[in-house]
Amino acid sequence: MSLKQYVTAPLLKENPVTLHVLGICAALAITNSLTSSLIMSVALTTVLIISNATISLIRHHLPNSVRMIVQITIIASSVTVIDQLLTAYLPTAASALSVYISLIVTNCIVLGRAEACAMNHGVRRSIADAIGNGLGYSAILIFVATIRELFGNGSLMGVKILELARDGGWFQPNEMLMLAPSAFFIIGFMVWGIRSWKPEQREQPEFKSMVAPREVEGQ
Amino acid sequence: MTGFIEIFFRAVFIENLALAYFLGMCTFLAVSKQIKTTLGLGVAVIVVEGISVPLNNLIYNLLLRQGALSWVGLGHLDFSFLGLLSQIAVIAAMIQILEIVLHKFVPALYNTLGIYLPLLTVNCAILGASLFMVQRDYSFVESVAYGVGVGVGWALAIVALAGLREKMKYSDIPEGLQGLGITFITTGLISLAFIGLAGIQF
Repeated sequence: MSLKQYVTAPLLKENPVTLHVLGICAALAITNSLTSSLIMSVALTTVLIISNATISLIRHHLPNSVRMIVQITIIASSVTVIDQLLTAYLPTAASALSVYISLIVTNCIVLGRAEACAMNHGVRRSIADAIGNGLGYSAILIFVATIRELFGNGSLMGVKILELARDGGWFQPNEMLMLAPSAFFIIGFMVWGIRSWKPEQREQPEFKSMVAPREVEGQ
Repeated sequence: MTGFIEIFFRAVFIENLALAYFLGMCTFLAVSKQIKTTLGLGVAVIVVEGISVPLNNLIYNLLLRQGALSWVGLGHLDFSFLGLLSQIAVIAAMIQILEIVLHKFVPALYNTLGIYLPLLTVNCAILGASLFMVQRDYSFVESVAYGVGVGVGWALAIVALAGLREKMKYSDIPEGLQGLGITFITTGLISLAFIGLAGIQF
């Protein structure tokens, strides 16, 4: 695969969220606002690039027995830097995201990519992989956030798009989209959509329904 | 005393880490196929949360926060930016120690918790509970109530989901929705039910 493919593959074909079920932990809670989601996407992609590049640089000097601790320390340090930067320059956004920026440390995508890619590949390929996975994750966040904020609150990034009924407009917002469960439904249906389009991502059912007896007789 | 009971029940039902804050979701969705395994995992989470949250509370209040070091005459120092690093280190170290101690003294429990203990190091529910504890400025006793509460709440949620998934494995689900898709939607429905509890006043 060329470098370009490392960037494009995780967008849809090997999306970290919908195929590998990674990193959904902290992300869904902040998708009720598009601004928060954009900041979260940028923060995660930056952390991913820093950690993947650093781990890939030192991979030959890393003893196998302590590699997890070193990886987590590197990730936690870069998250701390991002967290401090956000608190200093974007205090309102940082308080809206509360603990979720810090929780990037335990985001499985970051550790997963460190283990799966950065530990075995060169710096350039690791960075391409980090950008690809960061974008794949961002795509899901932005998609979910757009639906939730537009139809739940009638706005996008805080700007009113649909005039709300309670302010004298015509649009009756779906309040449930502002609550936690809606993110589960949206992602669930999104997974359904992607898997109907790309059947190779489907999971096999644990139990196949038995062949009807009449069909067996016919053979 | 009612304060602590309130914190406990709030953490179990209303502010359930898995269903209201989406924490620990990776494990939650991946390991919820059988009730038996989720029970083991649930107990492990309760134990780890019950120890790690109070421990991080002590470290934060006695060493890291602004003015915390005044007992050694260094009151002007503020190490709170190290909070994240120290919390994840404490959690990782604590899980390692717990594993060794259980292996030596309580082998039966060790065998039950088995593979789940090391996995919990990178579980956002564990780190998230410590971060919320710092953000909400809980005292030591409150942090014990909170730690045990979030553990019980998370365990309850994952056992409930496993129960549903065990029943559901015989049902005829559309092909694209098999596995991950239907699990998301089921979790959403459980979460909706838990939100109904939010109206409870103490």
